[in-house]
Amino acid sequence: MNWRTIRAITRKDLMEVRHNGMAWKPMLIVPLIFVVLLPLAVIVGPSLLNFPPDALTRDPDIQMFLDNMPPAMKAQVEGLDDHQMAVVLILGFMFAPMMLIIPVMVASIIGSESFVGEKERRTIEPLLYTPVTERELFIGKMLAAVLPALAVCWGSFLLYTLIVNVAGGPVMGRFWFPSVVWIPLMLWVAPAIAVLGMTGAVFISSRVGTFMEAYQSTGLLVLPVILLVIAQVAGVVYLNVEIALVVGLVMWLIDAGLLALSLRTFSRAALMARV
Amino acid sequence: MQEAIRAEALIRQFGIIRAVNEVSFVVEPGEVFGMLGPNGAGKTTLVRLLNGVIEPDGGTARVLGFDPRTQGEDVRRQTGVLTETPALYERLSARDNLLFFGTLYGVPQADLPRRVDDLLERFGLADRANDRAGGYSKGMKQRLALARTLIHQPRLLFFDEPTAGLDPEAALQVTTLIQELSHRDGRTVFLCTHNLEEAQRLCDRVAVINQGRLLAVGTAEQLARGLWQGLWVDVSLLAPSDGLPERLRALPGVLDISADGLELAVQVAEEAAIPGLVAGLVAAGAPVKRVSPREHSLQEIYFKLQEEARS
Repeated sequence: MNWRTIRAITRKDLMEVRHNGMAWKPMLIVPLIFVVLLPLAVIVGPSLLNFPPDALTRDPDIQMFLDNMPPAMKAQVEGLDDHQMAVVLILGFMFAPMMLIIPVMVASIIGSESFVGEKERRTIEPLLYTPVTERELFIGKMLAAVLPALAVCWGSFLLYTLIVNVAGGPVMGRFWFPSVVWIPLMLWVAPAIAVLGMTGAVFISSRVGTFMEAYQSTGLLVLPVILLVIAQVAGVVYLNVEIALVVGLVMWLIDAGLLALSLRTFSRAALMARV
Repeated sequence: MQEAIRAEALIRQFGIIRAVNEVSFVVEPGEVFGMLGPNGAGKTTLVRLLNGVIEPDGGTARVLGFDPRTQGEDVRRQTGVLTETPALYERLSARDNLLFFGTLYGVPQADLPRRVDDLLERFGLADRANDRAGGYSKGMKQRLALARTLIHQPRLLFFDEPTAGLDPEAALQVTTLIQELSHRDGRTVFLCTHNLEEAQRLCDRVAVINQGRLLAVGTAEQLARGLWQGLWVDVSLLAPSDGLPERLRALPGVLDISADGLELAVQVAEEAAIPGLVAGLVAAGAPVKRVSPREHSLQEIYFKLQEEARS
């Protein structure tokens, strides 16, 4: 395995993405909404729009969430006023799985651009005439998708931490975020989700002809995360450390299966046949 | 000296179509070998097979001493392929394109920047080295693709339709570069083309392929000899000469004669009969203006071969 070659492939793919606005603009817009706009709406919205803070906690979804909450989690919100409770419930618990949309989205966009884009522009052909091995090519491209996905995810998490603590400071009166569940979520589940986005993109890329087709199809990869969000809001699943570890493990197992499947389709002859 | 390429009964099937059908030929080191054929004849498939990018369904090949089926990486380390379209990373600069491929081909990091600068200079791209390749003209893109093909100084070069879609000036630049690579640098060139004039100008030997089957291999002269009996010699006279055709017909090695005023076409059995023909003309006191053996163009040879294949 030649790491100089792998680094060159990763670097080249990242340079290409940087020069392709259609690829990177959505990767910034979605995190900005999740990380800046939504938390600010929850923290300063009630006072700006002049509606009572308990309007948030009286929401039927939040009521259901509160009613079904395990005792250990309930203890974390006891003694908080309505606004504080709304901030902790929405920004501390409910938004947790939503943050996972970021790595899957970024990895699948870059993965699609990297794999289908090369095919679409026929640049894969000279690449396959080089002595680079299929494995080096795959790893180089995988890193080009997964590393920025994690960078954007962790960067967004840091910005989110800053915003909810600074903007939420006057409401909460203390540095309150993150809660412990965010640690396995960011360090164990987010990488698994990023790899899912990448392997899903490789798998879909082998079946479609253009970047736009791949881009649209990879949107489906967000579904598992959306399901997790819905399950949490509906009070079916409460993300705690144990559940985060299990969710991560399931994701890694799916990754392993998809990775094996992708590697099987990732042969020189198969790639060249589609040029 | 080791052969550059040896293909023996190579077969490659795509579904029910045999893209390459029991193809055998040898390419000697240092020669420009042309693979001529219409679109879809199997030329590109052959390049892919010889570089170990796809596997054959039958037959064997050795490229620079390696088996492309099992030693594809060793083959590709020493070959350079100019694909039919430049296929550049158009969002990257010319320099970044070359640095990337140089790294993939294993050019040592210490040599790479200097080698990239030399190639940019040689191909007239130094002034716009940091511009995005997407903004280049077609000719410039093709020159950059050629530079990419040479970044690792390969011993064997494959050019797939190198002048397709280029204007005459850009096409001339590219063919001149190919000549330089062969004659000055001594590299072996495998040229796939359906541009017969280009092949005539560049190739030492050619192979003609159609529907995956090799129709003939050799120099233009060898191919012509196999296709036409004897050799035609054109004779121009300054003035009429009575009874000349009859006297020439009696010469050894002369097969046929047709006369049209001051122009005669004499068919001789072989090249060796030409001095006798000239001597016969002099002995007959014919006022000779010019004697020129007629050479069959590659175009004539190509169409004759295709016609024979059809019939």
